Amino acid sequence: MQALVCQPTVAPALFSAEGMVGVIFLLTVALVVAGATIAVSARRLVRAVAGLAVCFTGLAGVYYFLLSPFLAMMQLLIYVGAVAILIAFGIMMVTPDEPQTVGMKRRTALVGPLAFSVAALIFAALSVLGLKTEWQVFPRQGASDIKAVGLSLLTTYGFVFELISIVLLMAIIGALVLARRGRN
Amino acid sequence: METSIWRALLYLVGLLAFAGVNAAWLGWCERKGAARIQRRIGPCEAGFAGLLQPIADGIKLMSKQLLVPQGVDGIIFRVAPILMMIPAITSMVAIPFSENIGARNLELSVLLLFALASLGMIAILLGGWASGNKYAIISAARSVSQNLAYEIPMLLTVITVVLMSGSLNLHDIAISQQGGFWHWNIFRVENGHFLTMWISFIIFFICSVAETNRAPFDMAEAESELVAGFMTEYGSMGFGLFMMGEYLNIVVGACLTATLFLGGWDCPFGLTPGIWWFLLKIYVLIFTFIWIRWTYPRTQIYRLLNLSWKILIPFSLANLMVTAALIKVF
Repeated sequence: MQALVCQPTVAPALFSAEGMVGVIFLLTVALVVAGATIAVSARRLVRAVAGLAVCFTGLAGVYYFLLSPFLAMMQLLIYVGAVAILIAFGIMMVTPDEPQTVGMKRRTALVGPLAFSVAALIFAALSVLGLKTEWQVFPRQGASDIKAVGLSLLTTYGFVFELISIVLLMAIIGALVLARRGRN
Repeated sequence: METSIWRALLYLVGLLAFAGVNAAWLGWCERKGAARIQRRIGPCEAGFAGLLQPIADGIKLMSKQLLVPQGVDGIIFRVAPILMMIPAITSMVAIPFSENIGARNLELSVLLLFALASLGMIAILLGGWASGNKYAIISAARSVSQNLAYEIPMLLTVITVVLMSGSLNLHDIAISQQGGFWHWNIFRVENGHFLTMWISFIIFFICSVAETNRAPFDMAEAESELVAGFMTEYGSMGFGLFMMGEYLNIVVGACLTATLFLGGWDCPFGLTPGIWWFLLKIYVLIFTFIWIRWTYPRTQIYRLLNLSWKILIPFSLANLMVTAALIKVF
């Protein structure tokens, strides 16, 4: 937990504690990248969802490294445990188990380079932004930030919190209306 | 001490051994329990009282061919059983076995256990889908809808315990119940615990039976309808891993119940608290799981979902509100 050293000047030895933490950090980042790659490149939709779940799990690891274990747990509980499963569930219910070929036919020569250049531009912009910005260092919240999260949710962001709950309520009612239409 | 590599290694080996021994011998317990309830003898040939049966089963499963049928999704088919085991074993990290025995004393261990429990669902879903078998897919869909339905009342009742003890740390929750059974959350008299906690316990226990896909809620592997459910296409150790994962989930569920409601490692009458009381409690709970499985017939899937959505969720919501009000009153 304490090992998120900001910009070590000398790379730590591989078999020291910092080195191990670094290796684990690289593993989580690799998990994110690999999961995202699977998610966009898989032909079968369920494999894409599995990739998405891998990506979410890696993101939880990144949150843990950012000293927010609460967010990491929530990422696992909500995104992996609920969102990914609901997507997979929806796909399994709706589409037959066949590789999706729709959308592949209208590919022209321009699509690849265009997409690549757009992605490269975004990446370059984000990199420049990340390197040039004067990052402010915020004080650490401590191992358990859940009390701070709860307090700010119910005081500073109370209005937003209530609005979100109203949106969720409307979504539930909408889903019920859609699901019950046609039933007698 | 907390950062010593030997401590980490010791816990790694110890927890893996605990998980492995439980996963193997709970199968024996289940077969013996089922046999006794049905007036049979159960395994008795291999070793004393059939105690070597799990080893024989393991050798048999490992020596069988790892069959991957045609038409399955190869990678996911192979990954799913492993994915079932990983969260179950990882959960052991956060469980406080006694005051000083516990791999990590995490601040958010309750959340961690539920986050990991939700990962097990993905294994069943992917395993069922990758099999490319109608029975398996129906079973996976049933299992996921069941798990999603029962996760909600389970989390809602856990919130009542968290509210009462004011902590998300299992170790702290257990410590707050020390000193005899009248301090345990389920029997506690002070602060209005007695009004809601036993309701929480009943809801939580029903949900944990349903979450682990056990009879009478084992819709996912209803033999009479779905062959063997999501495990239909799995043979040899793939099937073995699913079974072991199921037993480990039961162990984790029993540990959670014992810690949240039954005082963790506390002795009922204030004598020598320690890991033995914790183990006694979880094995009594596991015996109850087996007892329930072989006593009640299987329900139907819509009854199962109705029980959760129409009875357990409203009750647990009301329970949560009453608990919050009680905290204000007392």
